[in-house]
Amino acid sequence: MNEQSIKKKIVVKDTTKIFGKNVKRAVQLLKEGKSKSDILKATGATVGVKNVTFDVNDGEIFVIMGLSGSGKSTLVRMLNRLIDPTVGQILLDGEDIVQMNKEQLREVRRKKIGMVFQNFALFPHKTIVENTEYGLEIQGVPKDQRRIKAVESLKLVGLAGYEDQYPNQLSGGMQQRVGLARALANDPDILLMDEAFSALDPLIRKDMQNELLQLHSDMGKTFIFITHDLDEALRIGDRIALMKDGEIVQIGTPEEILMSPSNEYVERFVEDVDLAKVLTAGHIMKKAEAIQVDRGPRVALRLMKQLGISSIYVVDKSNRLMGAVTAQDAVAASETDKSLEDVLISNLPMISPDTVLTELFDVVSTASIPVAVISEDQKLLGIIIRGALIGALSGDNQFINNDGIIAPADQLNTEEI
Amino acid sequence: MNELLPRLPFADWIDSGVDWLVSTFGSVLDGIANVLGGVVEGAVTVLDMVPSILLAIIFALIAYFIATRKIALFTLIGLLFIDYLGYWYPMLQMLALVLTSVFLAVVIGIPIGIWGSQKASVRKVVNPLLDLMQTMPAFVYLIPAIFFFNIGVVPGVVASVIFAMPPTIRLTMLGIEQVPKDLIEATEAFGSTTSQRLMKIQIPLAKPTIMAGVNQSIMLALSMVVIASMVGAPGLGEEVYRSVTQLKTGVGVETGVSIVIVAIILDRITQQAGMRKQKIGGRM
Repeated sequence: MNEQSIKKKIVVKDTTKIFGKNVKRAVQLLKEGKSKSDILKATGATVGVKNVTFDVNDGEIFVIMGLSGSGKSTLVRMLNRLIDPTVGQILLDGEDIVQMNKEQLREVRRKKIGMVFQNFALFPHKTIVENTEYGLEIQGVPKDQRRIKAVESLKLVGLAGYEDQYPNQLSGGMQQRVGLARALANDPDILLMDEAFSALDPLIRKDMQNELLQLHSDMGKTFIFITHDLDEALRIGDRIALMKDGEIVQIGTPEEILMSPSNEYVERFVEDVDLAKVLTAGHIMKKAEAIQVDRGPRVALRLMKQLGISSIYVVDKSNRLMGAVTAQDAVAASETDKSLEDVLISNLPMISPDTVLTELFDVVSTASIPVAVISEDQKLLGIIIRGALIGALSGDNQFINNDGIIAPADQLNTEEI
Repeated sequence: MNELLPRLPFADWIDSGVDWLVSTFGSVLDGIANVLGGVVEGAVTVLDMVPSILLAIIFALIAYFIATRKIALFTLIGLLFIDYLGYWYPMLQMLALVLTSVFLAVVIGIPIGIWGSQKASVRKVVNPLLDLMQTMPAFVYLIPAIFFFNIGVVPGVVASVIFAMPPTIRLTMLGIEQVPKDLIEATEAFGSTTSQRLMKIQIPLAKPTIMAGVNQSIMLALSMVVIASMVGAPGLGEEVYRSVTQLKTGVGVETGVSIVIVAIILDRITQQAGMRKQKIGGRM
C-alpha cells in the first residue's frame, strides 16, 4: 500500500484544549513555548491537551494510550465535540467539525460517530433493547424499524434473548456489550471507545478484545480506542499514540513503539512489556534451508554438510512443505538407493507466522529440529530456532524482523538444533 | 435607636407598592380570585355529591393500586373515622384547598425547576427567592393576599402555593442535576437535542426525586391549612383554629388527629407513586 491510497478518516491538526479561566492568556503563553506547569502557575488554567497533531486512517484501530491525567479522555471527547477544542482543527472526512453549528454537529453524532463509555453509561430506566435503539429513536426512526436494527445489533454482540432485561440485571461484561450494540445500531463510520474495557475483569476483558477484533475485521469501521493499559493497546492497536501530559510523545505501530521508543518516557513505559505476548513467529523466523524433493538424498546430504546442519526441510516444486530429512536418514537412503520421500519425517511441528511467542515455547522446546513456519497454503516461510527466540525475548533487535521481512540466514550455519 | 438617622420607611414602601398593585391590577386579581374560588368550591361540591362511604372506598382503591394493601386499609378506616367524628365536610373543604394549592405549586414549580436545572443564571435568581419563600413567616403572605383577593379560601390557596412550592422546584432541579454525567454524555454523543435529553433521560431518571418534592409540597400545604383559616379559609383548619380560640381541648385533638390521618394517607400514596417504577429500573 502506498501513502496515497490510504484514506484519512480523521485529521487532527494542532489541537489544544485549555480548561479554566484566562484561556486567552494561556494560549498566548503556550505559543511562546511555556510548559504546562508554567502556564498553570501564571494563569491558573490547565492545559488538558497540548498541540496535538495526528491522523487516523480509514478502517484502522487507532489506540490512544496514556496514564490517567495524560489528556486521552479529553482528546477523544474533542473528536465528537463533547468537549470543544480551544484551538485547532479536527477534520472528519475533510470537514472541520470545530466549525460546525449545532445542527451539523448533531447530524455527525447521529450518523458518523458512535461512542462507548468506560462505565457503560446505559440508561437504567430503559430495557436492553430500548437502550440499544436509543440512537435511532432520537433520529425519529419508526419503532418497528429501529427495533429490528437494535435486535440485529444485539445479536452481533452475542446478546440475543436479553432484549427485555434491564441493565442492572446484566453483568459488567454484558452491559458493555449493550454499550457496544447501542453504538453499532446507528451504523456509524467511526467508533470512539473511551476505556471501554477498563471496568471489566481481566478474563472478560480479553474475550471482549478478541470479539472487538473480530467485529472490526467483519465491519471495517474505524475504531478509536482509549486505554491506559499498554498490553491492551499492543494487542488491539493497528497504530498507537502514546500520550503524556497532554502531548503525544510517539505514534507508531505496536512494534515501532516497542522496538524503537522515541524517548526515555516511552522506553520506561514499555520496558516491562512481556515481549513474548507481542512478538509473533513472523518476527523471529529465519530463512529456511530447504531442498526440493526430487533432488535426491545425495544432494540433500551435501547441502547439509555445506551448511553444517543435521537436518533439512523438504518441499515440493511450489515450495509447499512436505517434511524433513535428517543427515542420518539421508546417508541410509543414499546407501540403499531409496528416494528422499521414503525417509521423510512428515509429522513435524508447524506453526503459522502470527503465533505469539508465548505459544511457541512448548513447541520449540520439545521439537528435535527447528520448528517450521508455514503459510495457510502450506508454503514454507521460515523456521524458528531457539537462539532467535531467546534473543528476541531479551529485546535484542538483531533477532527481530521488521514487518515479516526475513533476516538473512547466515547465522543459521552455526546454530545447533 | 440612633436619633440622627430617621427610621427607614420600608414598611411604607411595601404598603404603597401593594396599593399600587391592587389599584392597577384589581380586575385581573378579581378574575384570578373568582377562578380559584370557583375551582376549590367546585371540587368540594363534586366530592360532597359522593356518599362518604363510597368516597372512602374510592380513595382506598386508589391507595391499593398506587401503594400497598396496608395503606389502602388505613385509608378506608381513617376516612370512616373522620366521617364518624362528624368532620367529613370540613375534611373535604381542606382536601380541596390542599389539592388545589399543590396542583398549582406543581404546575408552576416543575417547569421552573427544569428551567433552573438547565441554566445557571436562572438558578442564581431562583435559589435566593426560594430561601425567602421558605423562611418568611407564612402569616406574612396572608396580609397582602387579603388585599389582593379578599378574605376566604383564595388568599389561603395563594399563601399555600407560595409556601408549598419551594420543595418541588428545589428537588426538580436536584433530581435533574443528579443524573450521572456519563449518561448525559451518552445522550449528547448520540446527537440528542436538549428536549430529547430532558424528556427521554433526565426527567424520567429524576422522577423519584421530583415526586419526593411533590410529596414535601403536599405536607407543607397541609401545614398551612390552620394558618389559612385565619383569613377565612374553611375546612378542618378552621375547626382547629376555633378550638384554639375557645380553648376546647377535645375538639382540638379530634380535628388535629383528622388532619394527621389525611396527611398520612396523602404522604404514603405519593411516596409510593415516586418509588413504584424504581424497583426494576434502579441503577446498580
